[in-house]
Amino acid sequence: MIPLSHYLVLGAILFSIGVVGIFLNRKNLVVLLMAIELLLLAANMNFIAFSHYLGDLAGQVFVFFILTVAAAESAIGLAILIVVFRSRRTINVQDLDRLQG
Amino acid sequence: METVYLLIPLVCLAAAVLVGLAGQWLGRRAAHSITIGAVAMAFVLSVVVAVEVAGGQRFDGSVYIWAVSDGIQFEIGFLIDQLSAVMMVVVTFVSLMVHVYTIGYMHDDPGYTRFFSYISLFTFAMLMLVMSNNFLQLFFGWEAVGLLSYLLIGFWFERESANFASLKAFLVNRVGDLGFLLGIAAILYVFGSLDYAAVFASAPQHATETMTGILGSQWRWLTIICLLLFVGAMGKSAQVPLHVWLPDSMEGPTPISALIHAATMVTAGIFMVARMSPLFELSQTALSVVLIIGAVTTISMALIALVQNDIKRVVAYSTLSQLGYMTVALGASAYSIAIFHLATHAFFKALLFLAAGSVIIALHHEQDMRRMGALWKRMPVTYLTALIGTLALVGIPPFAGFFSKDAIIEAVALSHTPGAKFAYVVVVAGVFVTALYSFRLIFMVFHGPSRLSEDNRKHARESPWVVTVPLILLAIPSVLAGLVLVGPTLSGHLFGESVMPIDGHGINGYGATDMLVHAWVSLPLWLAIAGIAVAWILYLRSPHAASRIANRFRLLHEILIRKYGVDELYERVFADGGQALGRTLWKFGDRLIIDDTLVNGTAKLVGRLSGVVRSLQTGYVYHYAFAMIIGLVALMSWFLWT
Repeated sequence: MIPLSHYLVLGAILFSIGVVGIFLNRKNLVVLLMAIELLLLAANMNFIAFSHYLGDLAGQVFVFFILTVAAAESAIGLAILIVVFRSRRTINVQDLDRLQG
Repeated sequence: METVYLLIPLVCLAAAVLVGLAGQWLGRRAAHSITIGAVAMAFVLSVVVAVEVAGGQRFDGSVYIWAVSDGIQFEIGFLIDQLSAVMMVVVTFVSLMVHVYTIGYMHDDPGYTRFFSYISLFTFAMLMLVMSNNFLQLFFGWEAVGLLSYLLIGFWFERESANFASLKAFLVNRVGDLGFLLGIAAILYVFGSLDYAAVFASAPQHATETMTGILGSQWRWLTIICLLLFVGAMGKSAQVPLHVWLPDSMEGPTPISALIHAATMVTAGIFMVARMSPLFELSQTALSVVLIIGAVTTISMALIALVQNDIKRVVAYSTLSQLGYMTVALGASAYSIAIFHLATHAFFKALLFLAAGSVIIALHHEQDMRRMGALWKRMPVTYLTALIGTLALVGIPPFAGFFSKDAIIEAVALSHTPGAKFAYVVVVAGVFVTALYSFRLIFMVFHGPSRLSEDNRKHARESPWVVTVPLILLAIPSVLAGLVLVGPTLSGHLFGESVMPIDGHGINGYGATDMLVHAWVSLPLWLAIAGIAVAWILYLRSPHAASRIANRFRLLHEILIRKYGVDELYERVFADGGQALGRTLWKFGDRLIIDDTLVNGTAKLVGRLSGVVRSLQTGYVYHYAFAMIIGLVALMSWFLWT
């Protein structure tokens, strides 16, 4: 039987990888999307772990919702990415500073 | 009778509204028929009312409650007694004459129907003023006649000078009206009522009440009330120093000068003070102020009339001077005599104005007396009526002005009001000056060599009957009014208890014959005759003498021509001062403090602060994400540790 702490550590590691991916990635917008996906998966991992641990299925139902939302979000993110590429001819994160006031 | 009282002003109002709204559609003939019919009806009814009043009938009551606020009733009501009856007859009679005269005078004017609507409306407002039984309605009438005066002075609104004159009249009257309104407010505060009867009845109880002014000084309420009311009278009746609007009001058509600026509206102030006589009697200070202001007006304005060359302006300054006489009479507590002079003056001054207007039409709107002369042969009716008016103004017995003016002089001589000695000297000297300027006008216009322009020399002739008939009808009371009314006035029968001291002036009991006999051994009549003689010498016998005297006393002449510089003073102090104050407030208050500091200052501050903050906004997604995560961590640690 794998103890709960292992799952939580795995979730934390996944989350850290996601955060670091967002911070360190300066080149590719696709990597950014993948990093966000990792953050969500880390959250899912915690949900499932606790759900199993506490014997409450609601946590797993939440995971389905989160997966759905994540899929939709990725789809929109990719669509935006394509539009950004069309207009700017680049997906280099460091060049995208139009948000500056 | 209540219906009759109500009908008198309302038929004028109805005619004015009808002609004012539907004048274009009705046409000229219908317009003047309707308004003249209405005013004639008002006149006949006024005479009926006057006869009833002479028979001892009184009315004091409200016909309509306009509003009730905090226990104070604002009413429309009538007080019909001898004073208002006399005023009603005078107002409607002069108004009727002016209505008829206007047919001739305004014959070619495009604003014909508008003019008739205005003068009918004016008659309505003036009647509301004199018939009122409370201060609120008095104020309504007061403001309404002021408005009509404004509209009629500026009747020829294409002329810039007329616009300026109407604006000036309105603004100067605002100064007086402010005092008047404050006076009414003080009455409401002290007496708790706006009804004449209630206020007069309780006036003696409040006679000693005082208020504490600045620096702990004590002021009697009644003195304050009377002085404030008199400020209103000064504005409306053009007393120094609020007289400046009346000469300029001559920009209006001549019928208006006769009706509003000689006979009726300008005498509203005199009427008002006479109406308030129970209050004024309780304040010696206020009476003294009234007396001195009246005396100053009398002499200073008469002197200006000596140097004017515009025929209407001479008559206008003469009006100012005569209003001064009335004010002097008020100050000497001779209220009934003041109203007596008001009535006779209304007739002969309206006559003089209409005669001047007749000359002006005959000469195609020439008003300069230096381009007139020898008109008596061409215009015999105008000449004779003008001569009657002038003799009445100068005070030659047995014309109307003689009785009223002599009565004023006698009353002042017997008065104990402080300042009465000064006033007496002034009114006696005023008789000489009045005779001088009046006959200067007669001689320059009707006698001497003809100085007409070529065009006028050919065409000048007597005016049509619509002009001369009113002149003749006004000449009759100018001759007879004094003779008939002097006895009842002085014995106190004419005004009865409608003005306060029934026998306060000390010359009651005199009759017309007594005065006629007495006149030949008294100073004023000989001064008047001397004035006529001097005018004859200066303007007929040796025509260059006048200009020689003017050169000799150039400084004095210049002062009179400049009208003591009052206009310039007001322009400098009030107009320029007001502009300077406005400019200062605009620059410092509005632009510097509000615009630059408060409004734009706030915007600039926000702009500058956000300029600092915006450097935090790099635009890189990973910076925002970093900030979010830092924030999240910070929040969570705060949450976990506390």
